[in-house]
Amino acid sequence: MASLTLYPDDERLAGGERAAFNLYLISALALFVLMMLVGLTMRMAQAKWLSVPPNLFYELLSMHGAGMVGTMALATTAVMWFFLRKYVRLHLWAFVANYVLFMLGAVCIILSIFVGGYGALWTFLYPLPVRGMGLWTSDTAALFMLGYLLIGVGSLLFYLDGAAGIIKVHGNLGRALGLPWLFGGKIDPAHPKAVVAGTMVIIANSLGILAGAVVLVMSLINIFYPTVLLNALVAKNLIYWFGHMYINATIYMGVIAVYELLPRYSGKPYPVSRPFLWSWAVSTLFVIIVFPHHLLMDFAQPRWLAIIGQVVSWGAGFPVFVVTAYGALSNINRSGMRWTMPSRLMVLSVFGWAAGIVPAIMDGTIRINLVMHNTQWVPGHFHFYLLLGVLAMVLALMFHEIGSRAHAPPNSGADKLGFPIYLVGGLIFVFAFLDAGHLSVPRRMAEHLDAWTPTDRLGSIGAILVVLAMLYFAVRITVGLLRAPRLGASGVRAQDAAG
Amino acid sequence: MIFQNVVWTLVLVGMGLVAVGFIYVVAQAGKPADEVATRKSTHTAHVLQAWLFAVLLVGFVAGSWATLHRFPIPPQHAELGAPQVVEVVGRQWSWQITPDTVQAGSTVEFRVTSADVNHGFAIYAPDGRIVAQTQAMPGFTNKLLYAFRQPGTYTVQCLEYCGLAHAPMRTTIQVVAPGGK
Repeated sequence: MASLTLYPDDERLAGGERAAFNLYLISALALFVLMMLVGLTMRMAQAKWLSVPPNLFYELLSMHGAGMVGTMALATTAVMWFFLRKYVRLHLWAFVANYVLFMLGAVCIILSIFVGGYGALWTFLYPLPVRGMGLWTSDTAALFMLGYLLIGVGSLLFYLDGAAGIIKVHGNLGRALGLPWLFGGKIDPAHPKAVVAGTMVIIANSLGILAGAVVLVMSLINIFYPTVLLNALVAKNLIYWFGHMYINATIYMGVIAVYELLPRYSGKPYPVSRPFLWSWAVSTLFVIIVFPHHLLMDFAQPRWLAIIGQVVSWGAGFPVFVVTAYGALSNINRSGMRWTMPSRLMVLSVFGWAAGIVPAIMDGTIRINLVMHNTQWVPGHFHFYLLLGVLAMVLALMFHEIGSRAHAPPNSGADKLGFPIYLVGGLIFVFAFLDAGHLSVPRRMAEHLDAWTPTDRLGSIGAILVVLAMLYFAVRITVGLLRAPRLGASGVRAQDAAG
Repeated sequence: MIFQNVVWTLVLVGMGLVAVGFIYVVAQAGKPADEVATRKSTHTAHVLQAWLFAVLLVGFVAGSWATLHRFPIPPQHAELGAPQVVEVVGRQWSWQITPDTVQAGSTVEFRVTSADVNHGFAIYAPDGRIVAQTQAMPGFTNKLLYAFRQPGTYTVQCLEYCGLAHAPMRTTIQVVAPGGK
């Protein structure tokens, strides 16, 4: 069970661990800000407030998509590592190797985009990477894919190390997930939620990354041996299997911060329960098989796959609403929790996740997808639970960690101003996307019709506010992380934070 | 009634309910409960959780049946027998639509494919809203059925990113009144 001590000793970072953790978080902060600026540039171009040529726009879009997903994965991997290492033995070399491979992969991706002119987006949908129509070469596309492979290998290394550590303590992954307690038996209240969530991520995302590796290798073979043609539908299935799992894994890694930290700030225990274990067991299955909802408009797809896509998309709402969101709200209800940056961000993150999946579930409905697919409805819902959900989870841990180094949860006047700017800007930004989707404005388009610019302009205003808040957060957290680590006793107890 | 407006309303209501739940609890979070009140509220929370599960389950079953019992995508390996057939080929960066004039009031079968990369075949009504779409994929033909209710000029817009001139990859379909007037 998670500790109720705000800054427990077993979370204290030793020299090498602290350097690696800082490296992850500070790199992620810098990349988040940069990728947000790229996103803002695109929204302002669509709003006709900036002139961006289409080739550059699609390069920026490729960078933003791959960059944001990658950065989210980098940051949430740090979240998972930070908590999981308390319960199982994780090797620092695996954590560092993931970082190094990620950065090498990022260099490949950046070079392919900004030197090679690659503009086939993060999706690299076959056969677009080899049909750049003079804008990029096949070799450039291969460099982009090599970047993905390097990042995937890094993630797999980290997961293998995590799996080994979990199996050593819990015997097998099923026990770590709590499967023996699903139908009865006395649940061990000390069984860590971080282990349950970490195990789920390791199982699901390893499969997703392997699917990605298969399609990347297939695509590379096609690039170097053009006579070997691929089945476009099979390639698309593998790409979305990989892509969906990879980005969803960030939510499941990020939410570990909420499970671990929320009870410390509310002062109320938040132990595992049978509904919790059911929700994670079901989510493990659902996240693996839900990806066909990305291919609902591919009518050549077998009908049963489309039905799975819809039914599982709807079913995926149960664990989020009934267990995670409801559990978090029950935990803070009448707890006497004092509002500081970590607690604010945690509650926002659960709200962002729960509210954001409402339009996502709608989009997973075949009848609705017929008019919403590939409109701005899609970035509307995923930005909702990534910007206001996952990023808020990551920021919560970051603020908590700088609090641990200053012996108090951060709550300065500037923090109190930055939070509402982030929240209001984020809501304006995502609702502008959703409204545009409802008005049938297409996504991923460099040139917008005049009729579409009002939502583009509203979205740009929201994005400016988010970037301003994020710039402040990035500077504030970086300075906090670079401070000397705390010394002495563990300090503040949960009751002190709870007021 | 415009279908997108119905979806938008449902989503706003759903998100609104989530927001109300959060706002209520956030407003209570700062007020600590004593031991008796905590025990009582824990019991109430479990009852409410069971109700939430039950309500969502009913919605899940009823909604799945309502949206799937008549499957919204036509069979792809059968003769559809639509009175009008239109062949559609997408390529970087143009549409070839044959014929490009159809009649309102009777079903049109669009047979959509691609000569190169993935494209998205989306039909926009004159009011600027999407009425139907499918993917145009190399090596596959997707069959889309749609019956236009109103004559007019409908726009076909590529909705799957396909390279530099993806945005201007659009054309029009003329929909005339029944009888070709």
